[in-house]
Amino acid sequence: MTQISATLSRLGGVYLLPVAVSVIAFILIGAPSSWVTLTVAGLAMGMMIFLMASGLSLVFGLMDVLNFGHSAFVSFGAFIAASVLAWLGGWLGADSIALNMLALMAAFTAAILFGLAAGWFFETVVIRPVYADHLRQILITMGALIVAEQAILAIWGGSPLSVPRPNFLQGSWLIGDVTIEIYRAFAFLLGLAVYIALYAVLNRTRIGLLIRAGVENREMVEALGFRIDRLFIGVFMAGSALASLGGAMWAGYETLITPALGAEMMIVVFIVVIIGGLGSIQGTLLGAILVGLMANYIGFLAPKLALASNMILMMAVLLWRPNGLRPAVK
Amino acid sequence: MTLLSLQNMKTNIGQYAVLHDVSIEVPEGGVFVLLGRNGAGKTTTLRSIMGLWQPSPGSVTFRGRDLTGLHTVDIARLGIAFVPENMGIFGGLTVEENMILATAKGTFDPKRLTYIYDLFPALQKFWDKPAWSLSGGQKQMLAVARAIIEPRELILIDEPTKGLAPAIIDNMAAAFREIAQSTTILLVEQNFEFARSLGQNMAVIDDGRIAHAGTMQDFVANSALQDQLLGLSV
Repeated sequence: MTQISATLSRLGGVYLLPVAVSVIAFILIGAPSSWVTLTVAGLAMGMMIFLMASGLSLVFGLMDVLNFGHSAFVSFGAFIAASVLAWLGGWLGADSIALNMLALMAAFTAAILFGLAAGWFFETVVIRPVYADHLRQILITMGALIVAEQAILAIWGGSPLSVPRPNFLQGSWLIGDVTIEIYRAFAFLLGLAVYIALYAVLNRTRIGLLIRAGVENREMVEALGFRIDRLFIGVFMAGSALASLGGAMWAGYETLITPALGAEMMIVVFIVVIIGGLGSIQGTLLGAILVGLMANYIGFLAPKLALASNMILMMAVLLWRPNGLRPAVK
Repeated sequence: MTLLSLQNMKTNIGQYAVLHDVSIEVPEGGVFVLLGRNGAGKTTTLRSIMGLWQPSPGSVTFRGRDLTGLHTVDIARLGIAFVPENMGIFGGLTVEENMILATAKGTFDPKRLTYIYDLFPALQKFWDKPAWSLSGGQKQMLAVARAIIEPRELILIDEPTKGLAPAIIDNMAAAFREIAQSTTILLVEQNFEFARSLGQNMAVIDDGRIAHAGTMQDFVANSALQDQLLGLSV
């Protein structure tokens, strides 16, 4: 048993889980083309969830803050991006890929800028007075989420909002009898790029080193002479911006969004953070990919179980590893 | 010359008064030992000096400067390092990353690094290994090495021998003697043998008050006092 465990560890340990899930799904699904389509959809969904969850994981791990309002940034990111895309509809529909890209970049930039500004405001006004008090954090951040939902209702109305996609991300690639939606491939690549950038910042820079140390022991970082409160606000702003970017990507993925988007995503995002392990970017990516794959495979194999699949996955992981698959703190 | 002075220091943690009256004078150079039973207030004293808990105003001065009310970060930047009882090692970081975090500019002074390697050869061996994989003794070495990777004026060390094997404790004592040549150490200990082998000056804290202060030599010679204050007879 120990030998099996050591061999699995050498081969990749918990990182083998998505592979194992994919192999089992391949056997159960039977049709390779359906399996490829579902796998790409799962990976794309996982990467978008990763964008939304990575900031929450760091905020949770570093600041010990239970921010249930995190998904408000997702909602606002989605609605702001949708509005910018609608406003730049002419560019989106143009044959020029450059104009398409410009419109998309404008939407993403608007979402990110909103995330940064709202993150600063939220941390300073809402979170700071309730540090070290989890009950008040839950109450005040849940309240903030409700306020955000109502603000979205007031600004954009209650009707579902249609989200246009740029021309170059419309349609699918047909490879043999496998269909790959271009937007999903784009979502996967963007998520991967963000992960690589985050990984590089956390593992190759001094700020990243301080964040990783702060996740483990804030007090000791201060005793070494570093102001952790300045890190807090930076991480909170970056996390909020990533959530808004995730929301913007999700809006294009769903193509129809409602003010309830944030509340719907909140549960998934928390499940991912808990499965992955607090404060761990690698864990968050792993959790998000697992959730994305499971949602697509189960949705195909047993649609009635689709809603419960994330909860079942979380329960199974927590029974096996109570601190998550890849916690930051050993 | 007095480096650190505590005058009638009182510290409350929440609604509980933990330190009632702590007054000690830590001279510059050598090792000053703070002894006491479990729960006497030793750790609280160190944490209060570091500003991790707020002591009564005006009760802590370092080179004549009032430390009370200062942020922990500012106290650390004055040249005071802290090695807590749990060592404060960042397990997910490598030994090198733990060390580099304690440098002001993110780079090592090669001479200083050689000095650290000479003191604690095991750290060089495990330089790129994650800190969680070190043994208890190696973690303690890392905690102390991190405190001195750059020159400090004062190091506060909280029970460094706790849970360590006798051979490791001997190595640690030798390292502390070396460090004390250039840096003042305020050492909190329950291991009296270890403390007496290092300390020149000492104090005993009991129930949040200083019950005795003087030279280690005098305290070692007075077994009745040891028995009364620490419950031991050497």
